[in-house]
Amino acid sequence: MDMSVNSLGRSVPMYLPGVGHFSPYTSPFAMLGKPAASAAPMQLRRPMPARSKVVADIEKAVELSGLKDGMTISFHHHLRNGDAVIPMVLGVLQKMGFKNLTFAPSSIPDAHDCIADYIRSGLITRLYTSGVRGELGKLLSAGEINIPVVIRSHGGRARAIEEGSISIDVAFLAAPACDCLGNITGHTGPSACGSLGYAITDSKYARYVVAITDNLVEYPLHPKISIPQHFVDSVVCIDSLGDPKKIATGAARITRNPVDLRIAKDSFRLMKASGIVEPGFSFQMGVGGASLAVAKYLEEYMKEKGICGSFGLGGVGGYMASMLEEGLFSTVFDVQSFDSAVTKSMTENPNHIEIDASWYANPFNAGCLVHNLDCVILAALEVDTDFNVNVLTGNDGVLRGASGGHQDTAAGAKLSIVVAPSFRGGVPSIKDKVTTVTTPGETVDAIVTERGICINPAREDLLASALKAGLPVADITELKKEVEKLTGIPHPAEYDYDKVVAVVEYRDGTLIDTVYGRK
Amino acid sequence: MNKLILLRTASAGTLESSDCVVTVSPAEKMELEYKGANSAVFAERTRQLVDDVAKQYALEGAQISIQDQGALEITMRARLETALQRAGKEAVKQ
Amino acid sequence: MKPCRSMLYIPGDSPGMIQHAPVFGADSILLDLEDAVALTEKDAARKMVACYLKYYDFKNLIVTVRVNGADTEFFDDDLKEIIPCAPAAIRIPKCNGPQDVLAADRKIEALEKENSIPVGTVRIHAMIETAVGLENAYLIASACPRVQALTLGGQDLTADMGVQKTKEGWELFYARSRVVVAARAAGVDVYDTVWADISDKEGLLKESKLIVNLGFTGKAAIHPDQIETIHQAFMPNEKEFRKAARVMEAAENAKKEGKGVISVDGKMVDAPVVARARHLLELADLYGFERSGS
Repeated sequence: MDMSVNSLGRSVPMYLPGVGHFSPYTSPFAMLGKPAASAAPMQLRRPMPARSKVVADIEKAVELSGLKDGMTISFHHHLRNGDAVIPMVLGVLQKMGFKNLTFAPSSIPDAHDCIADYIRSGLITRLYTSGVRGELGKLLSAGEINIPVVIRSHGGRARAIEEGSISIDVAFLAAPACDCLGNITGHTGPSACGSLGYAITDSKYARYVVAITDNLVEYPLHPKISIPQHFVDSVVCIDSLGDPKKIATGAARITRNPVDLRIAKDSFRLMKASGIVEPGFSFQMGVGGASLAVAKYLEEYMKEKGICGSFGLGGVGGYMASMLEEGLFSTVFDVQSFDSAVTKSMTENPNHIEIDASWYANPFNAGCLVHNLDCVILAALEVDTDFNVNVLTGNDGVLRGASGGHQDTAAGAKLSIVVAPSFRGGVPSIKDKVTTVTTPGETVDAIVTERGICINPAREDLLASALKAGLPVADITELKKEVEKLTGIPHPAEYDYDKVVAVVEYRDGTLIDTVYGRK
Repeated sequence: MNKLILLRTASAGTLESSDCVVTVSPAEKMELEYKGANSAVFAERTRQLVDDVAKQYALEGAQISIQDQGALEITMRARLETALQRAGKEAVKQ
Repeated sequence: MKPCRSMLYIPGDSPGMIQHAPVFGADSILLDLEDAVALTEKDAARKMVACYLKYYDFKNLIVTVRVNGADTEFFDDDLKEIIPCAPAAIRIPKCNGPQDVLAADRKIEALEKENSIPVGTVRIHAMIETAVGLENAYLIASACPRVQALTLGGQDLTADMGVQKTKEGWELFYARSRVVVAARAAGVDVYDTVWADISDKEGLLKESKLIVNLGFTGKAAIHPDQIETIHQAFMPNEKEFRKAARVMEAAENAKKEGKGVISVDGKMVDAPVVARARHLLELADLYGFERSGS
């Protein structure tokens, strides 16, 4: 395979067989500041007028869609680990004898180990996703299965769809509430999941859209329509979209782990010292652990000082929803809802606004929200002394994470803070070089550990503010050494550099790193 | 430090996160079995640690088995030393 | 020595907690070989604590070790293994009289000498947990220069007294007052007992404020969550702090001018007031109070 070395010193393919040509990553905004070619064409449909699009079953919808071997199918992952739709549809397609499909979901829920089986069976021979975990991750990392895999961020996937790099033939969209002509929303119904942000993008650009629902409502769906009927071709009714308990979980609680709380507290102190927490500020919190706990300290401070933020953004969990309710933010823009409290907020609060993936983070549109973000708190599996972040592979080099909105928010936010314990399971989190670069160090302003705050040398202003505030600033290389004294020096896993398991796109479509098979 | 003579099998530590279980038995030469999530990442470090402690106790032979739940090196050392002391006794200097 | 408002108890047999000791934010920690450790694991805990003392950088954290009582089979082994590692202090349970302190002092001195450690390096924190101990509090506190602090063991003391330990704490009021006075008279620090109900932060704050006002220099914590609350209770208020700053300024000026009498706001101020002011300012530093002239 023809490889090229990108600006981060990572070797990446110039051409991925079965996918196409790629350019190596150069810098976060290299592709921006100039208009591009037009977007991919959207399908014009010319159906006869009808009063219902409901078809008997998934097989029928597939027949009507004109799906053939080698085509691309997509799904959203808003039902998370409660999703029953992806396995159901793939099962039907397998039975119908399809082969060589490109599987392009917005991401793959942890629970779907079955994907590995469908790859082995030849149903799926190309994978585009944001994340790979569990059995699938182990399978791919073992290097036994040789299918092209492209990992994209949420913003990157939206860009790819709009520019045509991902050309969706059939989108199968789980629809928690749907009427007979295909008006869809996600915030009501027994399988309510809140925002359908990723699905909205698919619905606009897919050639054929199948809505799959367990809650056919009387026409017309109202008051809120997330995906209007004019993007939907067929409607299929099934018994259940999945397990509501795993779709609409309880809100993640603030951690009580003292290490995470220390990290969260210091992260907040850094935010404060940077001067970013002012009336009108915008914020995206993490989903759990230390990255979520920061919100607790932020909330206390905002209440104390009577600060109202302009917007909250995400990936929205119950904590953000409650901050909206308390009037601490004017609006919340929601591309994905994590729990039932959020779904409720979306239903009841007009300031809780559903957005699609492109609006959220696509760098190639007229202005995505992450570019207006003041501060984001992000997690990490590993970081390195150049401030690069890995959220995809573990210490053993096996795929176990997702790109998600990491690259997008880190690039867009004025202040990007990555939180990580200095060691996890006895292994240091700070490396000389991360196993896989997901987010480039030039977009990371600070890495906060429980043993010190490391500030990107490029941010002299932030360093000065942190020192003035008396924060525990640490040099990242020194901190790495300090931790290695405690843990010993880890021996990196060994890779077979002939086996390219996956390529990692940066949000602008260039390649930021390659994932290799384990030896 | 006096030379340690191993008389029986003994172990120390727990399977709690950040700990390890170290089991030692008398043997002709040094044998190490290192298991757990970090067995590849820290194979070298652990071998070196066991060597250091063996030297410290003037141990000629021991069968050592470590089940690592993400322990720091200091923790592993403490468990190893405790297991050794439980497994034997110090030879009295003539 | 920096003020020690909080002392977090960590079981000596818990590497998962010891490895994060500096992260919890306490001023000092107590690595426990006594009540927190099962009888079958005393050797393991002892070894764990010794290894951490030897190889782990606790940075600014003050590390103390509670050994098993002198009446147990573990006391001598504890000292033999721990003293060479030179913790800041060891805590001796159930001190009933000065003889208990002196016996420990002799053993520690021998071990310090054997290990080329300057004699007196390892201090003693004496636990008052019995009625007899309480009666002898001053004698214990002043038994020898090695004694650095008295600590109150509320659980055991109330048991010894045959009374119930309550949240209101009246049953410990006399003991607390007595121990504080004894410590002050002997010129040593004094630590209050643990607040057992981790979920009741309000109760902890109330008790902490009470003991701060009584004159305790620090309080024990059994969970990292408690540390912030305890530190809150020790925070000097703005007015106190300003007054202390003025007192120190006056004291420094008097010294410069070679005057024997210090006067603040027109009133004479003597040595104990200056000492308290100095302590308050040290404390204030921990909270980031700005000293700037005015």
